[in-house]
Amino acid sequence: MPAADSEKSRQQAASGRRRPDRSQTVMGYAFSSGYAVLLLAFGVLPTLYAIFLAFTKGGAFVGVDNFVKVFNDYRFFPAVQHVAIYLVVYLLCLTLFVVLLALIVHSVRSRWLSTSIRFLYYIPGALAGASSVMLWLFLLDPTVSPVAFVLRAMGLESFVQTVSIDNLPVIFTVIAFWTGAGGWIVIMYGALNNISQDVMEAARIDGAGPVNTAWYIQIPMLRKWISYMGIMSLAAGTQLFVEPRVLSQASKGVVPPDYSLNQLAYLFAFRQSDFNGSAAISLILLVVAVGLAAFFVFRGGLFDRD
Amino acid sequence: MKSQHRRFTRTLAFTAGLAAVALLSACSGGDATTSDSGFGFASVKQDNSAITVWVDAAREPIANAFKEENPDVKINIETYDGNAGGSDSFKTKMALFDQSGEGWPDVVFSTQTNDTSWASKEINGTQAYAAPLNKGLLDDAFLDGFTAGANEPMTVDGTVYGLRNDLAPVVLWYNQTLLDEFGYDIPTTWEEYEALSDDLAADHPGYILGSVGDSFVGTYVYYWGAQAPIFQLDGNEFTTDFSDDHATRMTEMLDHMIDNGTLIQNSVFSAEFVGYSDKLVAIPGPAWYSGAVFQNPDNLNVPAGQIGAAAPLYWEGEDKVTGNVGGGVWYASSHSKNLAAASQFLEYVISSEKAAELASGLPAYAATSDAWLSTQAEGGYFVGDFSANVTTAANSVWSGWSFPSFSPETAYASVVVPALASGKSLADVVPEWEAEIKNEAQVQGYTVK
Repeated sequence: MPAADSEKSRQQAASGRRRPDRSQTVMGYAFSSGYAVLLLAFGVLPTLYAIFLAFTKGGAFVGVDNFVKVFNDYRFFPAVQHVAIYLVVYLLCLTLFVVLLALIVHSVRSRWLSTSIRFLYYIPGALAGASSVMLWLFLLDPTVSPVAFVLRAMGLESFVQTVSIDNLPVIFTVIAFWTGAGGWIVIMYGALNNISQDVMEAARIDGAGPVNTAWYIQIPMLRKWISYMGIMSLAAGTQLFVEPRVLSQASKGVVPPDYSLNQLAYLFAFRQSDFNGSAAISLILLVVAVGLAAFFVFRGGLFDRD
Repeated sequence: MKSQHRRFTRTLAFTAGLAAVALLSACSGGDATTSDSGFGFASVKQDNSAITVWVDAAREPIANAFKEENPDVKINIETYDGNAGGSDSFKTKMALFDQSGEGWPDVVFSTQTNDTSWASKEINGTQAYAAPLNKGLLDDAFLDGFTAGANEPMTVDGTVYGLRNDLAPVVLWYNQTLLDEFGYDIPTTWEEYEALSDDLAADHPGYILGSVGDSFVGTYVYYWGAQAPIFQLDGNEFTTDFSDDHATRMTEMLDHMIDNGTLIQNSVFSAEFVGYSDKLVAIPGPAWYSGAVFQNPDNLNVPAGQIGAAAPLYWEGEDKVTGNVGGGVWYASSHSKNLAAASQFLEYVISSEKAAELASGLPAYAATSDAWLSTQAEGGYFVGDFSANVTTAANSVWSGWSFPSFSPETAYASVVVPALASGKSLADVVPEWEAEIKNEAQVQGYTVK
């Protein structure tokens, strides 16, 4: 490209930064339209369709009949309970350990050590959901697990005992933490880097040790990031499906096929051919997830401007 | 800026509208005209189009053999999981085709026996998937060739909706070498089986007489074989009665044998079970244990000349009946555009010579089954009168067990297996188990008594 041309385009780009010209606005729309179309086709329209299904039966409006039916299903409240317990255990562990580990990694002075630890944390996240469950199937079976001694020490002699229903929230938490936490640690690490050196130095001069700095400076400044992590993990957690489904098939049904709400919605649609009931469950999930997300947004000050 | 914004909104609305139209038209496609086929259901216009058949991996060879021998019939063979182990993929996929109004495969093989419960019914306004087979589509002469009762699970009010591929009657498998060594006779009744367990536990601890760790064993082998009325359907009324004498006697027997250590809790397909290859004295189990357990290099892999199949166990002084563990079924689609090719395919996989040659379990078609049994007997692997005992078992399956749209295995797996693993007895967990079965029946829309 001739030098004059590139100079001209640079000038254009510079002026564009000051006041967006027409062609760039169009490009902006073009870029976001791809997402908008996909969001409409696979996000908004299915949601509207689900709302339609949830309040109808065979095309006729039936009010809240589908919801009543779902609430009266003997599998519904156990599934709610399972998901709720899992979410509490998972979110607590995730917040606690991710923040703690990020603070530790951040305070590591040695550059190569810090980089390699972050890389190590991140690796499991590269595995897709189902394949990581497959890996855990081996780890959790005392007959083949390389860490069988740990399981035996906890009194677990067989796979059936390991995946008993009371252990599942912890198992799913471990699996989800193992796959998901690494990414969050890296994000938190980035957020910690963003805290101004002046603030940190001021804290040091005031005599704050690492613990006080973390508690009074770093964690409060991470608040938005933590609530962002809370929302994203909550959304993923309420939709618990792949892990219990794979575990159910692998344990030949010892982990029930109706453990989580999403699985129940799946059974409604495909085992009972009741798409309306299934839509009702997904709407309930949507309302609950949006409600909890709102809580995090407002309590975490996610949309506040500094 | 304002006009631009408006144009953007318009573009967005237009795109959304286009997407909505595309989605809706995709959902309501396939309104082909139908007419009465003369086969007892409305069929679409017939032509010479290719048929699509769905088989599991084990049935792929016979489908390929058909393709090779009938080059004039256009056929697409697709492999799927065979609907195995409660995966419900057959029903799930058909529900999606029902929703879209097209795409059904012409012939489907399912490893489950209870698909007729939904496949014979209209679902959400779409014609039942399974085509009636005995209303003119297939010859009576051909249909009469099945072992008596083989197509019973697929028959609703006299209409046959599916063809049984193989039978899986429960026999008593025994190890002649071990019995001779210890000086025991082959047990013939449940009472003798229990008595043998006491002798074995006392004199030769560590040797076993079976397992209760699989949901198909607990339900189909023991409770069905004991004539326990825990899974019965009459019209739309479902009953389960664990207080019946047959059920309570079986519960007591199993608890007794779990206690004395002759029944283990490991699945017959687990690594631990393989460790019992020289410790398994006898085990009641389906005919297909021959290939899946005894002659399987990855399972027990017992050398030839040790294993035999005895007539099934029964209660002393009662009917000599037995249980049944599965047996695959072939279905033809009522939506098929080429029913002639579909029925030709069905007759081939059931009754051809190749069918006998490629069968992995006891075929349901009498002539095929005879051919298969004599091949097995000639092999010299089994001791005793293998083919006579298996034939006896095939003809004495207890007819009191039903095939509703859900499996008894799920309740056993999610309630009984974990309870036994945690040290509870079967008697402890029966109330919970019964409640779970009743709940499942209710969810499926049955009236539960």
